[in-house]
Amino acid sequence: MRIPRSRSSLRATGLAAAAALVVGGTLSGCGSSGPGGSGDGEISVWVYQDPSTKVQRQVVERFNKTSKIKVKLTQVPGDGYSDKLRTSMGTPNAPDVFFNWGGGSISEFVKKDMLLDLGPAMKKDPSLKKGFIPSILDAGGINGKHYGIPMRGMQPVILFYNKDVFEKAGAQPPKSWNDIIKLIGTFKGKGVTPFVVAGTDPWTELMWVEYLVDRYGGAGVFKKIQSEGKDAWGDPAVLKTARTIKDLVGRGAFGKNYKSVNYTADGASTYFAKGKAAMHLMGSWEYANQKTNQPAFAKSGLGWTTFPSVPGGTGDPKNVVGNPTNYWSISGKLKGKKQQAAIDFVKFAAKQDYAKALIANGDVPTTSDASSLLNGHENPTYAKFQYDMVRDAPDFTLSWDQALPAKYTPPLHTNVQKLFNGQLSPTAFVDAMKGM
Amino acid sequence: MADAVPRHSKSVGRPSVAWALPGALFFVFFAVAPMILVVALAFTDWDGIGTPQWTGLSNWTRLWDDPDTHQAIRLSLVLTVLTWLVQTPLALLLGVWAAGHQRNRAVLSAIFFLPLLGSSVALALVWKSLLDPNFGLIADIGPALGFEDGDLLGSSTGAFGAVLFVTAWQFIPLHTLIYQGGARAVPRSLYDAAAIDGAGTVRQFFSITLPQLRNTIVTSSVIMVVGALTFFDTVLILTKGGPGTDTTIMPYLMYKNGFQAFDLGYASAVATILVVVATTVSLLLVRLTGFTAMRSTREGM
Repeated sequence: MRIPRSRSSLRATGLAAAAALVVGGTLSGCGSSGPGGSGDGEISVWVYQDPSTKVQRQVVERFNKTSKIKVKLTQVPGDGYSDKLRTSMGTPNAPDVFFNWGGGSISEFVKKDMLLDLGPAMKKDPSLKKGFIPSILDAGGINGKHYGIPMRGMQPVILFYNKDVFEKAGAQPPKSWNDIIKLIGTFKGKGVTPFVVAGTDPWTELMWVEYLVDRYGGAGVFKKIQSEGKDAWGDPAVLKTARTIKDLVGRGAFGKNYKSVNYTADGASTYFAKGKAAMHLMGSWEYANQKTNQPAFAKSGLGWTTFPSVPGGTGDPKNVVGNPTNYWSISGKLKGKKQQAAIDFVKFAAKQDYAKALIANGDVPTTSDASSLLNGHENPTYAKFQYDMVRDAPDFTLSWDQALPAKYTPPLHTNVQKLFNGQLSPTAFVDAMKGM
Repeated sequence: MADAVPRHSKSVGRPSVAWALPGALFFVFFAVAPMILVVALAFTDWDGIGTPQWTGLSNWTRLWDDPDTHQAIRLSLVLTVLTWLVQTPLALLLGVWAAGHQRNRAVLSAIFFLPLLGSSVALALVWKSLLDPNFGLIADIGPALGFEDGDLLGSSTGAFGAVLFVTAWQFIPLHTLIYQGGARAVPRSLYDAAAIDGAGTVRQFFSITLPQLRNTIVTSSVIMVVGALTFFDTVLILTKGGPGTDTTIMPYLMYKNGFQAFDLGYASAVATILVVVATTVSLLLVRLTGFTAMRSTREGM
């Protein structure tokens, strides 16, 4: 998919987004000319257009029924969202409220003081803060300040396994690193690839690196990289992770042709569903993906568990990595009544109606009181597993390629891919990361 | 009469400059002006928002030391040379063959031209599924080609070969078309004379067709070389510049820096190099082959 900065979370729905792009022409404000700034009585809101957009469309309708200042919603077709947002920020056409991925996707705007610090609003109305799972809210902030209100489902990275393959091998899902090593041997003996990984899409390999660094050194390692810069890649946890990856590759954990496997064209997911691979480390959207492409497998064959701890690791095994959610951020240019209207609008995301709409859409909401609503989900066990995993996580680390400024994304992906391919040794990998 | 002649010749001669104006304006607005802007941006640091910061030569010193750039330049040059070596003989032979007026040739050439009609992106997506190591065609024929387990895109030479092959497959039809036109323009009388002198098909090809096609070869080569230097879509979809950076050619490097990293200043520096290299190479090609002299291929006829 041609998605320069789109988030891995949304790549899974790339095709749907492409379809939406075709349909989108008939919807308002989808042209490339830009919707322009907002008039006096309205605020402009931009959202990434994909099949989940209908939840935002509904909330805008509800909001406009009661508010004097109306929201004008612009749905930007997926592929172009990041580029379009970036080029419009700082021009009079910039949106007043916009969808984003937190972290690196807004760090440039924060640096240039373009966003509203939501701290004061949260102090005034505690429900805005208490309404959401803390680790999720924090993941959308920068340097301890909040700039985003969660507005979509959570997307943690989960260790999926193929129940049929496990049953045939008489194996149990892994609970420790020791189990992982044993399972590699078991499945190799059966001619099954232990873990499928899509080597042509390096963000899938990055998930392994993120979890391992977290398990070896805790969430603090990456936080330090974010705050202190390149030298923090020198943390021993990074080198240990690189060595572990090399070890896994050497053991044949990923099979022999992982370097050519893709995720975006459904290569990895199909391979996994067909029982050629036993496990798949992937974002929670894998469920929706399998449901579309291999419905029978999604219904009965798909199992899930958490990423185990590693020997000697100091990280909390309850920590989670992935994409916490998407956020609404508010432009710092909004003042007075319009600012208040924008805050009132994003507040809708904390309400139960909104959480219900998300659940009906197949998402798992990030609001703190959603637990009781999850029975309405199409797969309540899966939804509850996800929700509990995230709620109980002391830290939710945002995918590195989203958390770091955009300019680090290409070298990060390249270095991780080279590590998996054996083109970089573990020590050379650490040096390459320091030199980004 | 005396003054009627010049007026007459004027009206049938070259059209006035005004005729070139629309084309020239278009070129200035959509090619020259952006190029000047790109060169200017190459001396700045710009992330796409805010105003570009003048940084002097810093992009250029970085470019000079960047191993990715060195590799990209090398890969681009190798790709260009190999593209020419692979595509020219095939397109030339096919074009000359297709120039015949037999019905089977007309039908088969129509089929050969099909890849030219598809969009590069769609074709690359088709090839991507064919090269899927588990479900694609490569899973079956990979071992025979020396790619155990169908791991073609995971090997440096395999991925590079795939890019080379897919582009050749896609663009040979275009060049075949050019050669077909060129070959059909060769006067019949030359072949008749050669036949009377007892020259066979092979001798006719080397002594008549090939020399007569000289200008066609230059045209096709310039298109091919500039095309290979600026090639992008197939790499983006098929290999994403990987494994590692082993198929990251110059245009892809530019895209990566410009639209993934939003390091538009540095990407502009890469773009500037690309413009300079592509222009120089095509000028050299035209110069060295004497194409500019417009020497007729019909000399002595």
